[in-house]
Amino acid sequence: MTTSTGTAAFTVSGLTKRFGDVTAVNDISFEVKQGELFGFLGPNGAGKTTTINMLTGLARLDAGTINIGGINCTSNPKAAQHLVGVVPDESNLYPELTGFDNLCFCAALYGIRKGEREKRARQLLDTFGLSDAAGRKFQGYSKGMKRKLTFAAGIIHQPPILFLDEPTTGIDVASARQVRQIMADLHKQGTTVFLTTHYIEEAERLCERIAFIVNGKIVRIDRTENLLKPVQGKNMLLLTVSDSGEDHVGSLASEFPYYTFDSIIEGQIRVQSEDTIVIGPLVRLMEDRGIQVTEARRHRPSLEDIFVEVTGLEAGFMQKDKERPMGGGNR
Amino acid sequence: MRRWTAFWAIIVKDLRAYYLKPPNISWGIIFPLAWTGMFFIRSGSGLDSILNLLPGVMTISILFGTTSMLSVTITFERRNSSFDRLLLAPISLELLMLAKTSGAILFGIVNAFVPVIIAAFLADLSGILWYLLIPAIILIGIASTFLGLFIAVSVSEVFEAQTFSNFFRFPMIFLCGLFFPIMSLPIFVRWLSFVFPVTYGVDILHGAVTGDHLMNYALSFSLLGVFCIGLFLLSLRNIRQRWIA
Repeated sequence: MTTSTGTAAFTVSGLTKRFGDVTAVNDISFEVKQGELFGFLGPNGAGKTTTINMLTGLARLDAGTINIGGINCTSNPKAAQHLVGVVPDESNLYPELTGFDNLCFCAALYGIRKGEREKRARQLLDTFGLSDAAGRKFQGYSKGMKRKLTFAAGIIHQPPILFLDEPTTGIDVASARQVRQIMADLHKQGTTVFLTTHYIEEAERLCERIAFIVNGKIVRIDRTENLLKPVQGKNMLLLTVSDSGEDHVGSLASEFPYYTFDSIIEGQIRVQSEDTIVIGPLVRLMEDRGIQVTEARRHRPSLEDIFVEVTGLEAGFMQKDKERPMGGGNR
Repeated sequence: MRRWTAFWAIIVKDLRAYYLKPPNISWGIIFPLAWTGMFFIRSGSGLDSILNLLPGVMTISILFGTTSMLSVTITFERRNSSFDRLLLAPISLELLMLAKTSGAILFGIVNAFVPVIIAAFLADLSGILWYLLIPAIILIGIASTFLGLFIAVSVSEVFEAQTFSNFFRFPMIFLCGLFFPIMSLPIFVRWLSFVFPVTYGVDILHGAVTGDHLMNYALSFSLLGVFCIGLFLLSLRNIRQRWIA
């Protein structure tokens, strides 16, 4: 999985962006290494897109410095634009042009000659399974096709650094899997990928390092395996109960001192242990006390649990107002 | 070389996606025809009036053609975020905006020659000073386009751009000497005529077609040039402040 080198692809320091009284990005600093697949994980409105906009020259910084590929872009954001590709969170190609013409136009913006851009456009249409729709106007594409063509447009000039802003949001399961596969392939080929997503599972599967961003601040940044260490080897059981759940955490902990209990979501009790959790006695005790247990589900601890612990946000908050297409995606 | 590939690609894309569409081609033909017909009938002085009407009709064709198109090619693209794709390209903002406006300038110039072609069948154009007329048309095209650019980057919605454009366009028809001599305007509004770049272009056109002009040609050309540069720089400043915020 790891193809990153020790050299920095880009570094940001003290990056800050304000919109009136709101500080969208608040003094963040990090470095992404060459060839690394770096995840930027946070809920909607956390500052992910604003960060990408500053990195790519679409937004001015209020404070901080940006260095991309050894070029100081702080005062001249255009200086390193030839090194980066961007796949924005919304498809923004030209509705009047065909898929093929859109890709050729995007290649021409980077100075690629006609013969070469047509060759690359055909290759990418093939890679993304869009060859049959090459001659159709972009406005007639489905949402998934639009996202895929937008992705292709972002990589047609073969940038060494790629910014992906929520590339799988709102698309069907098959398209999302294909996009994830392409991300993984690009990473294998040595492209530095900066991926913003609110799909925790996607970040866990793909990224070598992850930063959690909440309310414009990075609250944790580490290698994915380091982030997962606290939950590795742990067993977890989720009990859905008829009332709030939180009221019973204390009494359960005194009865079962070898388990850890908490209730982050209303009506749900989370039980954790290094050893196997025996469900029967737990449920019996609760029912004896008049608490109705409607569901007991074993849960594989994941990055989601770490995210909840670190940020204090419920994982469900991440999917607010967005579709969730995750469905057994592969890499 | 690379940047010129991008420059040319933007012009060709805009021509294909916007300017060479049947509605715009018909607009470019019908609009000047309608204005020519309207003023021709209104003047009631027969075919002799064609040459007097020609500078105004040419200017109005350029003015409406360029400003209308920019609200689509700039404001609409900004609205649906496809303009961001251009801002991400490794070319300077100056070159990018020149590419985005070149299509409109060409469209305006072509529109200007529609009434000239019609007039060629109805009047004797042998007395026209083409060496003045052609550069004047080009400069009016550039100034109108940059005025349209200034409007397009000052608003967020296409309908706002259209409304804001009319705020400039319609007063210009009456104030800039297109069909009514500036000296016949009430004295308290006459100064307004000289605020608009079109006034200087129309004056050159009148001089080139009929020989009547108010100002020195060199002064008119220079002031038109200053307006072009000023409007372009103001638009770039607005883009940097509003769109790369």
